[in-house]
Amino acid sequence: MRHQSFQIIRTLALATSVAALCSQSWVTAQIGLQIQTPDRIVTIVPAVTEMLFAVGAGPQVVGVSNFARYPPTVQRLPRVGALLNPNIERILSLRPDFAILYGSQTDAIAQLTGAGIEVLTYRHGGITDAMEVLGEIGRRTDRAFEANQIVTNIQAELLAIADHVSGQARPRVLLVVGREPDTIRNLYASGGIGFLNDMIVAAGGENVFGNILKEAVQPTAEALLALQPEVIVEIQAEGMMSVRQSPYHQNPWQALSAIPAVRTGRVHLLTGNDLIVPGPRLAAGTEKLARILHPGTFE
Amino acid sequence: MKSQLGTPSPYSKRSRMLFMLASTALVSCVVAPFIGPTPIRWDAVFDSTQPFRENIDAQIFFIARLPRALAGALVGGALASAGVVLQALLRNPLATPFTLGVSSGASLGALLVIVLGTPISLSVLPVVPLASFIGALSAVGIVYGLSRYRRRGLSTTVLLLAGVTLNSLFSAIIMFVQYLAEPTQTFQAVRYLMGNLNVSGYSPLLWSLPLLIVASCAFAWLPRSLNLLSVSTESAAIRGVDVTKTQRIAFLSASLATGAAVSLGGPIGFVGIIVPHMVRLMVGADHRVVLPASAFMGATFLVICDVAARTLMSPQELPVGVITAMLGGPFFLWLLVRRV
Repeated sequence: MRHQSFQIIRTLALATSVAALCSQSWVTAQIGLQIQTPDRIVTIVPAVTEMLFAVGAGPQVVGVSNFARYPPTVQRLPRVGALLNPNIERILSLRPDFAILYGSQTDAIAQLTGAGIEVLTYRHGGITDAMEVLGEIGRRTDRAFEANQIVTNIQAELLAIADHVSGQARPRVLLVVGREPDTIRNLYASGGIGFLNDMIVAAGGENVFGNILKEAVQPTAEALLALQPEVIVEIQAEGMMSVRQSPYHQNPWQALSAIPAVRTGRVHLLTGNDLIVPGPRLAAGTEKLARILHPGTFE
Repeated sequence: MKSQLGTPSPYSKRSRMLFMLASTALVSCVVAPFIGPTPIRWDAVFDSTQPFRENIDAQIFFIARLPRALAGALVGGALASAGVVLQALLRNPLATPFTLGVSSGASLGALLVIVLGTPISLSVLPVVPLASFIGALSAVGIVYGLSRYRRRGLSTTVLLLAGVTLNSLFSAIIMFVQYLAEPTQTFQAVRYLMGNLNVSGYSPLLWSLPLLIVASCAFAWLPRSLNLLSVSTESAAIRGVDVTKTQRIAFLSASLATGAAVSLGGPIGFVGIIVPHMVRLMVGADHRVVLPASAFMGATFLVICDVAARTLMSPQELPVGVITAMLGGPFFLWLLVRRV
């Protein structure tokens, strides 16, 4: 168990270092060509907004996603839409020279590129991908050094977590990302790919849907009973009003009392954007998760 | 009325047909919980010495499978019979339980709760079914009020137009709410609209049962009047049918059944339009047969679809609304071609 968890963390660490190194050497190679660093940045991806502020390019950010909440300073910035509704007119009116959009926003990408704005398309994925994006953001904003430092810190924190949980049995975890209020209907859980799955593994757990190669899985009640998760973690974004915040949030699980997590009272609600935004706060979110999966090992 | 001289037993033939369909519905309900992707130990399922709280096999059978089969039967039966009644009432073969705005009202209620949340938690009933039932009732109230506005009985034209318009209006509001919601909530909302019979317990069934019983009693009173009404209101009136009363009862009972069904399983499409036509292709147009036959056939059909929904992609759930159309569509086309 100890061996396996270390190996996974080591692989992650290696991959992220390689990514960071590549981006650094690329900057050195291109230094003569890439003269201009962006002055006005628009980002429609909350995770990238966090990255920009973390590397110190915050003052250049002039527009953010409707759903960006962190760091608190972004609350004052103009909102330019989100995944489904990018507001091109608003983005253009902010006169950006660099924009970060989702890869699926093909029309918006074409329009902005046509307007002579440099566009970086964001790729959603696991922890390694998030670290690669961080490296890229550092390189594009001429802050590769800061970005590398953050990546190194995140790796160190993940290694420290791995150290804490090593030697512990890996509990079978069901990570719930959404369901209907009051019931376990239309429940979505983390599948075997994506940063949430990576976080479960890094926090010393075993995802019950780890073998399903999808980011989100909608399981049947039968599957929840049959897979017998030992810990259930429900995650919820900050500031969303929901009955799940009520003290009764564990109630619907009582219907499936034969699930070990329910029987032993290990159903937890985690609130916070650090768990749903694959940005620089990944390690903090992973630690929150690890504290739930391995209570007692963190003093 | 058909000549009954050559065929001495139309009633026994009819009752045999109904008996067969009823038995099929019953058998599908009983057999469905025994089918599933997880191998379970049958001795443990019915072992009363083991506490139910800790008995995984029993919970898979009694919580994850049996209530779904029962919900499928109730929802399927309700939607199919509501479809028959509305097709006769509106004299339109394209009418469905969702034509008159009931389902979009229900969906809007449910989505508002999913997206905006509720500050309170009711321990008696989950909020989403409750909100969807309230939404359904509001839609029915608006449509009914509009159709009676000129106080000359119930205008089916106004009923149809008001219903269709309200449907579009509610759908637009639904899209607007989805558009403003967080991406994860939008996903939840879209998923709700595909239908889901995972009721995981018996309390939603018990809540909807009284509503469905009231609707069924009204349905039992309707068939003869519907037979006459589906020809024309004038001829029905000449033959002594209280047209306005029949129309009112037909509309309100079909709406009640639809509202209860949607609050149980979400807006599951296809059952309410195709099952009545399948039944008509099989047994003719007499509502005394078509109505109960559709209820039984709708029940069987949805129970089978739900077994497919929870087994085909296990451990993942397939939306049952997708399966009803994918299984039912080709079958109906085959039936259509065979008969024509």
